[in-house]
Amino acid sequence: MMKSLLPQSQLRRSAAAAARSSGGGAAGADGAMADGGGAGPRAPASSTFWFLLHALFCLISVFLGFRFSRLLFFLLFSTTALYHSTTSSSSAAVLRATTTTTTTTTTTTTTTNTFMLSFAAANNPPSGPANRTALEAADNKGAAASGNPQSHVVVGRHGIRIRPWPHPDPVEVMRAHRIMERVQEEQRRWYGVKEPRQVLVVTPTYSRAFQALHLTGLLHSLRNVPYPLTWIVVEAGGTTNATASMLARSGLTFVHIPFPDRMPHDWADRHATENRMRLHALRVIRERKMDGVVVFADDSNVHSMELFDEVQKVQWMGAVSVGILAHTGRADQLRLSEEDKQNMPLPVQGPACNSSGHLAGWHTFNSLPFSGKTATVVGEAAPVLPRGLEWAGFVLNSRMLWKEADGKPDWVKDLDAVGENGEEIENPLTLLNDPSSVEPLGNCGKKVLLWWLRVEARADSKFPQGWVIEPPLEVVVPAKRTPWPETTTELPSELLDDKQEQEDRRLSRANKSSRPRGTTKRKGDPQGQDN
Amino acid sequence: MGTGAGSARAMAAALAVLLLACSGAVAVARAQDTERIEGSAGDVLEDDPVGRLKVYIYELPTKYNKKMVAKDSRCLSHMFAAEIFMHRFLLSSAIRTLNPEEADWFYTPVYTTCDLTPWGHPLPFKSPRIMRSAIQFISNRWPYWNRTEGADHFFVVPHDFGACFHYQEEKAIERGVLPLLRRATLVQTFGQKDHVCLKEGSVTIPPYAPPQKMKTHLVPPGTPRSIFVYFRGLFYDTANDPEGGYYARGARASVWENFKNNPLFDISTDHPPTYYEDMQRAVFCLCPLGWAPWSPRLVEAVVFGCIPVIIADDIVLPFADAIPWEEIGVFVAEDDVPKLDTILTSIPMEVILRKQRLLANPSMKQAMLFPQPAQPGDAFHQILNGLARKLPHGEGVFLKPGQKVLNWTEGPRGDLKPW
Repeated sequence: MMKSLLPQSQLRRSAAAAARSSGGGAAGADGAMADGGGAGPRAPASSTFWFLLHALFCLISVFLGFRFSRLLFFLLFSTTALYHSTTSSSSAAVLRATTTTTTTTTTTTTTTNTFMLSFAAANNPPSGPANRTALEAADNKGAAASGNPQSHVVVGRHGIRIRPWPHPDPVEVMRAHRIMERVQEEQRRWYGVKEPRQVLVVTPTYSRAFQALHLTGLLHSLRNVPYPLTWIVVEAGGTTNATASMLARSGLTFVHIPFPDRMPHDWADRHATENRMRLHALRVIRERKMDGVVVFADDSNVHSMELFDEVQKVQWMGAVSVGILAHTGRADQLRLSEEDKQNMPLPVQGPACNSSGHLAGWHTFNSLPFSGKTATVVGEAAPVLPRGLEWAGFVLNSRMLWKEADGKPDWVKDLDAVGENGEEIENPLTLLNDPSSVEPLGNCGKKVLLWWLRVEARADSKFPQGWVIEPPLEVVVPAKRTPWPETTTELPSELLDDKQEQEDRRLSRANKSSRPRGTTKRKGDPQGQDN
Repeated sequence: MGTGAGSARAMAAALAVLLLACSGAVAVARAQDTERIEGSAGDVLEDDPVGRLKVYIYELPTKYNKKMVAKDSRCLSHMFAAEIFMHRFLLSSAIRTLNPEEADWFYTPVYTTCDLTPWGHPLPFKSPRIMRSAIQFISNRWPYWNRTEGADHFFVVPHDFGACFHYQEEKAIERGVLPLLRRATLVQTFGQKDHVCLKEGSVTIPPYAPPQKMKTHLVPPGTPRSIFVYFRGLFYDTANDPEGGYYARGARASVWENFKNNPLFDISTDHPPTYYEDMQRAVFCLCPLGWAPWSPRLVEAVVFGCIPVIIADDIVLPFADAIPWEEIGVFVAEDDVPKLDTILTSIPMEVILRKQRLLANPSMKQAMLFPQPAQPGDAFHQILNGLARKLPHGEGVFLKPGQKVLNWTEGPRGDLKPW
């Protein structure tokens, strides 16, 4: 740790005046007088000696044209004493360049003064604070050591201590984060849910281009949940190695369930298949008597952490508000009329409460403005809308699914009776005899706790197995012009295109294309690339 | 040798008993989210002063108190308002007695910090004269001052450096405590060890922070604390100390220069409207010295459950005998400010959690506040408890008839002018 000592104002001002004048004669002498005067009591002989010496230095400065500071004198003759002083005060002399001083000579001059003082005090072996007291004793403001000789807290100007490498240390940053994690855990213990229940997350998925994208996002969200969690992944078309390896790497407790049917390409059919997959997962929960709160997390949805805190409060069945993000594919596709825009309600699906806080009805997504322009096939560039009430907005107590459970209310249908004949299970309300007993969560639905989103690539889009490019890509489109005419490049095709645009303007004649001049001038034109 | 072994065995036995007791106490503490607070004077935060002391309030003309408040009502909300609220509390308290013969303590309601500049800062220039005039008044009207020369009187002097009556530390040290108050007990916010302006036997109190305003900004206690270190305030006082190094003895500037780029430190001069809410989302709150070592930040940190990091050498904190501040806050020497992040991240986890439990104790928060009307365990009661702990008065309090200790003409010439 280094200590920096700021020069005193009056000394600096006089020294600055000296530096500004070319020779620094008389002004320098003034500064020196103040220095000499402030240096503490000395024998008269030594003070005259210093005065004469300073006069000599001023004359030399006049001849040299710059300020010949006494620092040189000290450096020449007092190096040993200098070392002694620095080691005894256990700090190197690092000066902080203050914004008020502009010339380095100024600061060095004032350094000299402070060093002089420490030498004077070095006769009696100084301890750290006593050393500083001696230094501050020269302060022009006439500092008092808090008025009491025993106190070592000194009034007056102090240095601003800066360590040489002020950047944060990554080890300490990690420690700080662990401290905060532990503090938050303690807060949850005292003020949060008293007996946190396990969270059972049901996710239907299937192998397609964006599966890894969506599952990774969901995986990271679930890893941050502070409650014990089991992730029940139902995969259409059977389990795949890619999904299995991703689940294994996640560090979560998971159940990977294969579903025999393949996922259809039609959104309506996909919706129905997903519902059947969820029912299948519920049956597994029932068989294994898993205990906890069931949350339906679709792989492309976005969940907030408050959702998992909120669902701990559910008794039997709860409903939360879901924000519906019906994306429009391409900006020019959906043109809403002005009145449509004004009449469009909030894109939120969730419970609606009356004034006494009880469930009065449901908010659903208004799909009228989108009529006729929605996607029918997965991967189509058109808005994807939810149908009716989405499962994601409901949470269940898993005991509701068991054959026998204490306190299971009679308005819950037995799970076996549901979906047996292959009927459509649109939403979890069909699991109930009486849908009015659903508990509204999240401040009676006022807080949106998760967002529903369906984003898919084209059904025929290709992607590498496990998103690993093995073996590395070969050249598909050779470069027309490269700065290296003889070598074969190993760049993937996209980078080649970029290079092409850069080289378009260069005059490399190595591989001349047979394109007309006109097209080569255009930048980034996709038509000019394939040939 | 034998005695050494014997005493060692006795010590081991004592240690074992202590460990058992501690484990018992710790087991109890784990079951709750707070912990009892015990200072050097014992478990005294919840003591009731009623019945332990009697206070007589002198009737001073309104020019010493009411008229000053009427002239400028900002006196009621700034950080020195404790003197006014203490008077109001005592007037209606059960420990007040109308019979001065049975009083243990005498209170003089003079508001020396109510002479404000147009910007709201108190001017201490007339305060010595106001105090002197008040003492002359009570010594002429009643015999109680003269019989003890003020040794059983107490005065509330909440200004920057207490009864030194100056805002600049050097001038305050030069002046020293007002000579007439040399024998009285001073109730003040300023506290620094071995400092001229902290008289032996003073009662240190927290500065006034508006309790209702703080209560309206409470957030649910389950809100996760996600800020590591929080501070809002000046680092450089460019108006009064343009070169730096004088204000806060360079400590605040050092905090800024070392940690302005550190993402763990949420420090700036900006004063956001969510200042109180942010403190409740922070683990550590810096309480560095300014022109004087104390600040209302300590009160705010305690009320909002943020561990105070006190950067002020030799500071004496409020009610230091009733509240074990070393166990509640983190003390960092001004020289160690560049290592602040190392210091804070290397505090063991159990220590941090224990500090948070102590801060969560409602009696701790109550002891820092001056609510209107007064509530049991608040700062008013702590002051009275502190005064009660000084009873019974010692030998030298009552002077023999005719004995005079104070010199009425001592002090700078300007102080002797009548007010």
